[in-house]
Amino acid sequence: MNAFTSYLGSKVTPGQAGNQLWALIYVFIIFAGVALTVMWLINWVERKALAHFQVRLGPMRVGPHGLLQPFADALKLMLKEDIIPAEADAVVFWLAPVIGLLAAFTVYTVIPFGPSQAVSDMNIGILFMLGVSSLGVLGIVTAGWASNSHYPLIGALRSSAQMVSYEVAMGLAVVSALLMTSLNATGTGTLSMIGIVQAQQQQHIWFIFKFFPLGLVAFVIFAIAMVAEVNRCPFDLPEAESELTAGFHTEYSGLRWSLFMLAEYAAMMAVSAIAVTLWLGGWMHPFPNFLSSPAWEFIFSLFPGLSFAGFAAIAFLGTARMPSRPSFKIQRAGLGVFAALLGLIALLLLAIAVGGRANDASIAARFREGIDYVYWFLLKVVVFMYLFIWYRATWPRYRFDQLMKVGWKVLLPLALGVLIVTAIVGVILG
Amino acid sequence: MNPSMNPAILNPYAAPMATTFFFYLLAAAAMLSGLVVITRRNAVHSALALIVTLLSVAGLYLMLYAPFVAGVQIIVYAGGIMVLFLFVIMLVSIEVTVKDRQFNRMWPIGLVAACFLLVIFIGAYAKGKALLPERVTQLPEAVNTQAIAAYLYGDAGHMGQYTFAFEIASLLLLVAILGAVIMTKKKI
Repeated sequence: MNAFTSYLGSKVTPGQAGNQLWALIYVFIIFAGVALTVMWLINWVERKALAHFQVRLGPMRVGPHGLLQPFADALKLMLKEDIIPAEADAVVFWLAPVIGLLAAFTVYTVIPFGPSQAVSDMNIGILFMLGVSSLGVLGIVTAGWASNSHYPLIGALRSSAQMVSYEVAMGLAVVSALLMTSLNATGTGTLSMIGIVQAQQQQHIWFIFKFFPLGLVAFVIFAIAMVAEVNRCPFDLPEAESELTAGFHTEYSGLRWSLFMLAEYAAMMAVSAIAVTLWLGGWMHPFPNFLSSPAWEFIFSLFPGLSFAGFAAIAFLGTARMPSRPSFKIQRAGLGVFAALLGLIALLLLAIAVGGRANDASIAARFREGIDYVYWFLLKVVVFMYLFIWYRATWPRYRFDQLMKVGWKVLLPLALGVLIVTAIVGVILG
Repeated sequence: MNPSMNPAILNPYAAPMATTFFFYLLAAAAMLSGLVVITRRNAVHSALALIVTLLSVAGLYLMLYAPFVAGVQIIVYAGGIMVLFLFVIMLVSIEVTVKDRQFNRMWPIGLVAACFLLVIFIGAYAKGKALLPERVTQLPEAVNTQAIAAYLYGDAGHMGQYTFAFEIASLLLLVAILGAVIMTKKKI
């Protein structure tokens, strides 16, 4: 109990404070949050958004506007027969999705949702993230090999070639952002994820705008490479369904297949979090240098509550527009309850935003701050997740030689050039 | 980050928790998976076991207060080199290699080398207390990367004593890259 209460007033991460209990609580919150977001929200949004891009309705049957469809799908996947092909290497086949999932979720230990809202702050934060997320490819490669089948093997080979190629450009883009962290009085940079955001805070600028257009170019290189790194369209060659059936996970079914899905989406959120941390100011709200007066701080702290109020309004609108036939009665009631729940959350968040202001040293004030940080961080990540879906709906798939050409002949020289120019400009201006 | 909040940063020499347990855990993992690497006939299983070895060694680096080396170990070896290994091994027909006779005619040399290593280990165990310093300086974990940077790039008089060696190594790597490019080109 002492370990539980002693951390509440602390301003560092549980890892730094050496508090295992709270580290464990954070791990559980993050794991449950990511799993639920991926399984329910992103799955639903992706299907709905893709459907609307193609002028379809998307899932409409299970729950109002298909809101419960992901749960039905999850149930179906869990009940499906789990097949291991007779000629497959059973142990490696079993291990592959586990490797992918472990790699995807381990990186969440260093993602800074706020200055103290992370499991731990490592001295090598960004290095750890890049290293562990690059282990994810081992899951794909072993899955393709263990299936002992043609299409999965080709998918796995494509995946490993693609990952190794794009990691180079990605790493160089990251280094040019890390160089910018050293432009302070001491001239010492940092690799710590929290330190990188704090460097942007001290320099009063998001690194995407630093040395315009150098920061922007590095960010664009990273944004392209990260799509290739998580095997998403237009770089989804390893699972190109028109060429390879389903690529590396052709032979997987049921729960194992869903583990691959979970790992893929968790990795997408993780790389988005890297981009947000390095270039988009992490947990800071927009224009932290101009709009930092107490009045603006108050207005920005209202945003979490207001956005939930917006969701509640949309849900209420959906309830009102539901056809009034008796067969829609249950759906209508369900959506109404959902809207009321969202409204309650909005009221709670607004109450915290207004009430936590009275005493700035209290735990309530710290809680309010935490909500602000996490909200702005997640908002930026959500934008990236929507972009991933948007890419998938809009762009055709690359051919493999085009993919390699872009990686080695365009992105790599560009990233090297940006790195050198950033270093020179940093020495002259910094 | 406020250093005064955290006793571990204030006193980098404070004994970390559960060190002995984690050391034996990681060492056992490294050795067992190392044994698997050399005993499996299936090359992919060997490669996977080698990844476990490399990751446990990365864990040992972490215990030696060298997080930067541990991170580089994960990125370069476990993430980069092993993926390339697997890339090549997967193209080999496993059915043939499993039945193939292993070409282990070099075993006498291996035996001699292993004996030498054993002697060194026994010597270190018996006389280690006199030969090695009892307490090594532990770099404070919180500024490990910055300390390495100072050793590599600092001024010549002030900690930057490895700049020259580092640059020589980078030149060697550049030559290797150029060599690889030239070998793949038919005409230049």
